[in-house]
Amino acid sequence: MTSGFTRHRRSGRVIANFSAFEADLVRSLAAQLVELLRSEQALPDESADPLEAMFDFAGPRAVPEDPVLARLLPSAYPGDVESAAEFRRFTEGALRDGKVAAAQVVITTLEEAGLPPVGETSLEGLGAVLDVELELPTAMLWLKSLADMRLALGTRLGVEEGDEGRWDELPDEDPQRHTHDIYQWLGYLQESLVDALDR
Amino acid sequence: MCHHCDVPTATPQVVEPDVVLDPVTEDVPLAALPWVTIVWNDPVNLMSYVTFVFRNYFGYSMRKAHKLMLEVHNDGKSVVSSGSREEMERDVQAMHEYGLWATLERSE
Repeated sequence: MTSGFTRHRRSGRVIANFSAFEADLVRSLAAQLVELLRSEQALPDESADPLEAMFDFAGPRAVPEDPVLARLLPSAYPGDVESAAEFRRFTEGALRDGKVAAAQVVITTLEEAGLPPVGETSLEGLGAVLDVELELPTAMLWLKSLADMRLALGTRLGVEEGDEGRWDELPDEDPQRHTHDIYQWLGYLQESLVDALDR
Repeated sequence: MCHHCDVPTATPQVVEPDVVLDPVTEDVPLAALPWVTIVWNDPVNLMSYVTFVFRNYFGYSMRKAHKLMLEVHNDGKSVVSSGSREEMERDVQAMHEYGLWATLERSE
């Protein structure tokens, strides 16, 4: 069981040990985030004049339908439909790309630390602990991606302020309880990373 | 980056012909009033993380970042920066990159 991130005093790097199971779990969440962010991309507006559409940068204009995507890519102008659409059209693509890139860095770091590629080797034989060492820019990407993963899980679960008791009351076998445990564990991981970066 | 700066037209002023108008104050359009970035409370992001983001992105002191985070947490929202519309759009986008729920509006 990981004890979270710490700052290595001499190198200044942020380090953590993960079991193969934990590393695989984080990778799986990062991969799901990538998949989600690449889905529901805005399609070109077919009703528009074809010539106009050709020269128009066809960025998305509407809030994504999926509640997790709507939370990850929120409206910048909630009271102003037109400004919100324009802002989204020019920024949503970059925002999605940045979040995808951060999640991919998480996956790459874990695999470089020794996590075998998906489906290549069974994790059973991997008793060893994975040493993850992050330079500061990479650590910042991990931090952002952990926030995105928590937002995704928290939104799916319908987490609310001060609702901890609600999850404890669920039966052990309830999948929601299991997901909430993972959500809490990511919070622990993120908190340790904030602490490590603050030093 | 696009902008629809709906510049409200100033009410024509009746002035005495010999009164010298201050060219600076007269020419400041309402659209030049500062805009603000607002961060809203959400049940997911950790208080320590939100404080860290305010320090790291805006360069605020621990004290100021902590105060703003508490405003978000206790009051549901906080104005975290102000400036031109372009600047606030950059700040809002940066907050979204960090996963914070941010919006911008004209300062009141």
